[in-house]
Amino acid sequence: MTVETLKVLVVDDEPGMRQGAARVLSRHAQSLPDLDVEVRFAVETAADAAEALARLEAGPWDLLLLDYKLPDRTGLEVLDEIRTRGLDVVTVMVTAYASLEVAVSATKNGAFDFLAKPFTPDELKSVVEKAARTVLAHRRALALAEEKRQVRFQFIRVLAHELKAPLGVVDSYLRMVQDRALGDELAAYDRPVERALARLDGMRRMIVDLLDLTRLESGQKSRDLAAVDVVEEARGGLEGVTAAAAARGIALALHAPDALPMRADRGELGIVFNNLLTNAVKYNRDGGRIDLTLRPRDGGGAVIEVRDTGLGMAAADVARLFGEFVRIKNEQTKGIEGTGLGLSILRKLAELYGGEVAVASEPGVGTTFTVSLADAPEGTQP
Amino acid sequence: MTDVHVRSYAGRTALVVDDDPDVLEQIRLFLERLGFRVLTGESQAEGEALIEGPAPDLCVFDLMMENHDSGFVLAHRLKKKHPLTPVILVTGVAHETGYAFDAATAEMRRWVKADAVLDKDIRFEQLAAEIARLVKE
Repeated sequence: MTVETLKVLVVDDEPGMRQGAARVLSRHAQSLPDLDVEVRFAVETAADAAEALARLEAGPWDLLLLDYKLPDRTGLEVLDEIRTRGLDVVTVMVTAYASLEVAVSATKNGAFDFLAKPFTPDELKSVVEKAARTVLAHRRALALAEEKRQVRFQFIRVLAHELKAPLGVVDSYLRMVQDRALGDELAAYDRPVERALARLDGMRRMIVDLLDLTRLESGQKSRDLAAVDVVEEARGGLEGVTAAAAARGIALALHAPDALPMRADRGELGIVFNNLLTNAVKYNRDGGRIDLTLRPRDGGGAVIEVRDTGLGMAAADVARLFGEFVRIKNEQTKGIEGTGLGLSILRKLAELYGGEVAVASEPGVGTTFTVSLADAPEGTQP
Repeated sequence: MTDVHVRSYAGRTALVVDDDPDVLEQIRLFLERLGFRVLTGESQAEGEALIEGPAPDLCVFDLMMENHDSGFVLAHRLKKKHPLTPVILVTGVAHETGYAFDAATAEMRRWVKADAVLDKDIRFEQLAAEIARLVKE
C-alpha cells in the first residue's frame, strides 16, 4: 500500500473551527484499500478570503475546505475567483446555512461537496474521504496521460531511428557507385545495388506495417465483416510462404477440420496467418517443419496454432517479444530481416476479436504461437 | 571519397564491429581501399572475442548492438588491453535521443573511451580524416 499526501487548505475566520479541522485531518490516515493507497493530509489554514486566494495562487493544493461566511467575501465569491484564475483544487464548502439555494449556486460554481456546521470529526473525515478519492482519480488520470504521451514519444524516436538507419546505408551504397569506389567493372556494383534495394524494401515493409498498426489502433479501418472459412484463409496463408519454406527445405502441414466458419474480416485473418507463418519460416532451421493447427474456439471463433521447429527463445526474450520494434538479436538470428512490428500487429488484431496471443518456446526446440479469435459481434461495422 | 589525400595504411589492421551487416560491409570496403587488413564482428560478443587478439591499429565500433551501450563496453575493454589503439565510435542515437556525447573534451574522453565519435550516416571523408588524425604514420 502506497502513502499519498494531499495538501489541504482550511479557510475559516473562527480560529477554533479551522484549528479543530486542521487537527483532525493532520492526525488522520485514510486507508483506501480498493485503490491500494493510504491518504495522509498536510494541512494549512487561512483566516479570510484574501489570504486564502493568495495561498491558493502560491499552490498547488489538492483540497480546499472553504467556509461560506468569511469576513471579506462569501465562499461563493471565492469559488468564482478560483474558477476565473483557473486554480485546480477540489473544494468542499463549509456552511452553517445549509440552504438548498447556496448548495445549488456553489455546485454551479464548482464546489465538489458540502459540510454543514457544526460537524463531528467523523462527518469531516467522511466528506474528505470522498474528496480525496476524486483528487486521487484525477492524479492517476494525469499520470496515465503523461505515460501515454511518453510512450508515443518513445515510439516516434525509435521509429525515426529504424527508418534513418537504412537510409544511411542506401545513401552510402549510392555514393560508392557515384565515386566508382569499386573500380570500373560494372559487375562489382551488383552487390551494393542489390543490398540498397533490399534495405529500401525493408523500409517499405516497415511503412506498410506502420499503416496497418495505425489503422488498427485508431479503429478507423473499415472492416468487412462476414462469414469466413478460416481453413480457406489458412490455405491462402500457407501458399504465401510455400516458396520461402521450400527454399530452405521446411515442411508445411495443415491440421484442420473440413471447414471452420467464423465472423471476421478476411484481410485481417490474412495478416494473422501471414505474420505467424513468415515468422515460423524465418526463425526455423533448414529442413525443419511448421504445423498449422486450426480448431473451433469454445463460444465461437477459432484457435490458430502455429508450431515451428526453429531456434526457440529464452524466457527473457519471450517477455520482450511483443514490444514495438523489438527483434531478438543473437548469433542465430543475425541476418534475419524484419520490421519488429509484426507481433504488435498480431496482438492488436487478436484484441480486436476479443482474443489473445500465447507463446510457448524452448531454445533449440521451437516456438508455438497460439492465437484465439472470437467471432466479431453481429452488427459491428466500425 | 575521392578528395581524401592518399595515404596508404598497408600492413595495418583495423577491427570493425557493427550489427548492421551493410554498414559493416561499407566500412570494411572503405578501409580495405585505404590499405587496411580488416577484421569484422557483427555483435558485441564477437567484438569482445576479437579484442583478445593482437593489438589492431584502429577500431571502429557501433554503439548500439545487442545492448544499448555495446560500443562503450567494447571501447572500454579495448583501451584496457591495448591503450594505444585509437577507437572511433559510430552512433545513430545522439540525435534521436538527445543523448549527446562526443569525444571532443578530455572530460568526455574520460568516460567515453573513444578518440572520436561519428554519426551513423557515415561521411567517409570524415572517417578518413579521423583515421588520418588518429593513426600515426
